[in-house]
Amino acid sequence: MITDHPRIVTSRVAYEDSYTLERFLATGGYDGLRKALSMTPGQVHDEVNAASLLGRGGAGFPAGRKWSMRRPAETTYLVVNGDESEPATFKDHMLIERDPHQIIEGAVIAAYAVGAAAAFIFCRGEFALGYERLLQACDEAYGQGMLGSDILGSGFSLDLVIHPGAGAYICGDETGLLESLEGKRGFPRIKPPYFPAAAGLYGEPTIVNNVETVSSLPWIVLNGGAAFAALGEGSSAGTRLFALSGRVERPGWYEIEMSKTTFRDLIYDPSLGGGVRGGRELKAFIPGGASAPWFFPEHLDIGLDQDAVGKAGSMLGSGSIVVMDDTTCAVRAAWRITRFFARESCGQCTPCREGSGWAEKILRRIEDGYGREEDLDLLMDLCDNISPGLGWPPQQTTICPLGPSIPSSIVSGISRFRDEYLLHVKEGGCPLAPDEVRRG
Amino acid sequence: MTADEGLSSLSLARAEAIVACYPERRSALIPLCHLAQSEHGYLTAAAMEDIAGLVGCSPAEVRGTASFYDMLHLEPVGRYVFAVCTNIACMLAGAYEILSHAERRLGIRVGQSTADEMFTLEEAECLAGCDKAVCVQVNHRFFGPIDEDAFDRLVDDLAEGRLADTVPPHGVLSRVSRTIGMPAKEAREAKEAKEAKEAREARGAGGAGAAGAAGAAGGSGS
Repeated sequence: MITDHPRIVTSRVAYEDSYTLERFLATGGYDGLRKALSMTPGQVHDEVNAASLLGRGGAGFPAGRKWSMRRPAETTYLVVNGDESEPATFKDHMLIERDPHQIIEGAVIAAYAVGAAAAFIFCRGEFALGYERLLQACDEAYGQGMLGSDILGSGFSLDLVIHPGAGAYICGDETGLLESLEGKRGFPRIKPPYFPAAAGLYGEPTIVNNVETVSSLPWIVLNGGAAFAALGEGSSAGTRLFALSGRVERPGWYEIEMSKTTFRDLIYDPSLGGGVRGGRELKAFIPGGASAPWFFPEHLDIGLDQDAVGKAGSMLGSGSIVVMDDTTCAVRAAWRITRFFARESCGQCTPCREGSGWAEKILRRIEDGYGREEDLDLLMDLCDNISPGLGWPPQQTTICPLGPSIPSSIVSGISRFRDEYLLHVKEGGCPLAPDEVRRG
Repeated sequence: MTADEGLSSLSLARAEAIVACYPERRSALIPLCHLAQSEHGYLTAAAMEDIAGLVGCSPAEVRGTASFYDMLHLEPVGRYVFAVCTNIACMLAGAYEILSHAERRLGIRVGQSTADEMFTLEEAECLAGCDKAVCVQVNHRFFGPIDEDAFDRLVDDLAEGRLADTVPPHGVLSRVSRTIGMPAKEAREAKEAKEAKEAREARGAGGAGAAGAAGAAGGSGS
């Protein structure tokens, strides 16, 4: 069902000049911050708890609970994670380029609620234009008295730094991100401590929130947590930005009320995805980023709901849906996703570092026509070594969740399209010529 | 451009301002690498030594950190670096065919630069431009959707300087810089310094007073 719902994070992005201070101020910008500063930090926190806002980065952890977990200390940091790198995810990129002030407003609200002394927005390095706009917006926010000393006469002071990344998927992991922010290689940290809220940047308690998460805060403060929680269903409250791509007529980002709208609506509705490209047949789709196990046509009527997708054996993850049609080769798709993990593995843990490379080589030889029938069992065994039991949520043998993400596309493909894999072996090559993919 | 060139005096001043934004100097390492690349297009050995001095680590640590990141180049690259995304969404739109076309058009393989040092070709991981697949970046500025004709036009436009306004030379991440220091931190430090000074003075005066009081007490007791 497509519902009529408020635009919580995309209210002004349709304007050509949505990223400018003038447009921001003309469309209610910084009103949320004004209201937040008239409340106590505890009251702001209460509203976010009442909103049942789940983190929008990928793990879906309740934002209010994350804030509660911080260790009391003299110095607390807030870090906004704008290192969006999960394949097929492009919603934060859009928010950074089109509404940088909204992110800054949300960051100041979050910093106020958790009592942070300094805040950082970690902007993926490849988003050069977005980084520029954030820098510009940061200067303007200082100029407006929304940052700096004694913000709007509230007594609350905050400095904000726009920090550029330099190209590494692993820095999207919050502890990898903090290492990078400390000027090091982006190696995820060994747990415990499990949460940066206990020991984060420079060992101090640090709250790491996603760009879309903080972008929701001005609306939540202005309209109340209850209004946000009234949207969606159960734990999947509010609206969420979904990124739709692949073999679909209208790829793009769509802000949608959670739970109510299904994958079928998102992919097929003329106002959203508009159907599989060229009216072709849906073969499979990825429901939540390249790390997620694949879904198939029988999953189309599941709602865009974190729990429902989890129960069905995958995850809503980063909110990116990739459509594959009958021209898509399951082996080639798994190979490309696995190649990504092999390239982006930081190399600390053996199952991930070695497993991703081996899996990529085996998939490549199947795709190229040099595969053996026993390669299918070999791949499954290899995946089982990376994530024992191949269950969902996956068992973890590595420091961070990159490793257990590797089996998703491989196991999904072999389980569902075993005949297609075997056909590659029998025919000595890919039965779906890559040219077919282009012609569509 | 030689490998001996480090940061210019202008960049050194900028670098100090960047370092001042962070609670610990080392955090400025990556922003400073970008700054160095904005001057030379890549990280020269001399620039890495300058950065090491600025953040307080060894040049080897700068190199070791930089080598982890795709955007930081330890070897010279062309004025324009093409990054063709071939990840899942772009692959489904024909990215590998575009990449092959790019190799033919530029006469180089992935990872190489043209002899005139104008173009470098890279294969990229997902650039978060999947709604515009096939997505191509030039010096981290987005173009898409790109087909073979659009790629050829892009090459021509770049070669003839028609995109100079939107695509700065490789290494320039941002054309604007932060103009504001860290006023909240500066105000806090100034306040703390003032309070410390007042406390010292109070202790100085109070110390004399206390001694006087003790003396008086002693006097009254004797």
